Amino acid sequence: MDAAALTLKFPRTQSLKSIDMPTFAVANDELTEIVRYLRDTQGFDLLADLCGVDWPDRSPRFGVVLHLLSTTNKEYVRLHAACDNDAVPSVTSVHPGANWHEREAYDMFGIKFTGHPDPRRILMWESYPYHPLRKEFPLAGIEVPLPAADVAAVTGQNVEPAPMMGGPFVSHGGHMSSAEPQALDQSWNEEKPKA
Amino acid sequence: MVQSDFSYNSKIEGEVIVTRADAVVNWVRSHSVWPMPMGLACCAIELMAAGGSRFDISRFGMEVMRFSPRQADCMIVSGTVTYKMAEVVRRIYDQMAEPKWVVAMGACASTGGMYRSYATLQGVDNIVPVDIYISGCPPRPEALLDGMMLLQEKIRNEGGSLKRTFRGRTVETKIVS
Repeated sequence: MDAAALTLKFPRTQSLKSIDMPTFAVANDELTEIVRYLRDTQGFDLLADLCGVDWPDRSPRFGVVLHLLSTTNKEYVRLHAACDNDAVPSVTSVHPGANWHEREAYDMFGIKFTGHPDPRRILMWESYPYHPLRKEFPLAGIEVPLPAADVAAVTGQNVEPAPMMGGPFVSHGGHMSSAEPQALDQSWNEEKPKA
Repeated sequence: MVQSDFSYNSKIEGEVIVTRADAVVNWVRSHSVWPMPMGLACCAIELMAAGGSRFDISRFGMEVMRFSPRQADCMIVSGTVTYKMAEVVRRIYDQMAEPKWVVAMGACASTGGMYRSYATLQGVDNIVPVDIYISGCPPRPEALLDGMMLLQEKIRNEGGSLKRTFRGRTVETKIVS
């Protein structure tokens, strides 16, 4: 990893502190070019991961994190690109494998990838109105109609918030016999409603 | 109905068998349940094990797994039903011919299981009428076999018409005899 060459070629790139691998904050509009440069010049030929991040107290709030692997030099690099107006350039022109990752980041965070060849949702259905991994979205969900209107009409079923009953359920560690996931707030349950 | 209603006593009846049409139809149905494997998650692996030689679901006349709903009697919902998949499960159920039964295999299909989240239907009985619930995460093949034998018992005890209620509506199928 030649960090000096990278920052020389892309001066707006900043090195970030990281405990495990070289990490850079890159300029939004340079993302595709940097990924292409790292692939062609520095040997980072494999896109290991691409995901969205949500920092509610930062501005811009959303960003995209990429992990690139060099299969020849056996090293990783991490790039963070902040969104500009909830959008980042797509890297599918450099790494076609980013296609589904970007669709997932769009589905879960609402980040738009400009230049993506197929910008649909990938997990939730197309008419779903929310982006579930945003920090303000409750794990239990929000009531909306089922995607199929005829099935909803026959069954009377909606997408309903799941009963959390004091959850989310987390393990408090320790021995296996006592590490069973338990609700964080055990003051209420199915029998005893929340006060 | 108990077994003696249609049992055959050769000393009394000779070569004549007296029974009721319902009893014969139910007996036939209960011994040739053709399941529709609605395999959605890890429960489907246990379902496959139940079909294999070690557990051998064919001992109970259920080895004819039909992947077409048109040919199946019993939908075994084995796995997590997401809201996106709920539509498909309901459509496949609608495509099955009456009489039909539904087995909710495992915690997820019965109640949503550990998936208390925005994406998971909290029990397949919200969209289709369920006859048998099997506990377990996933249930062992023995538990599935036990549930299927309970379903056989249920089929054997059904009346002349199949009445089932689902969200206030009654669905009825007459046995043609």
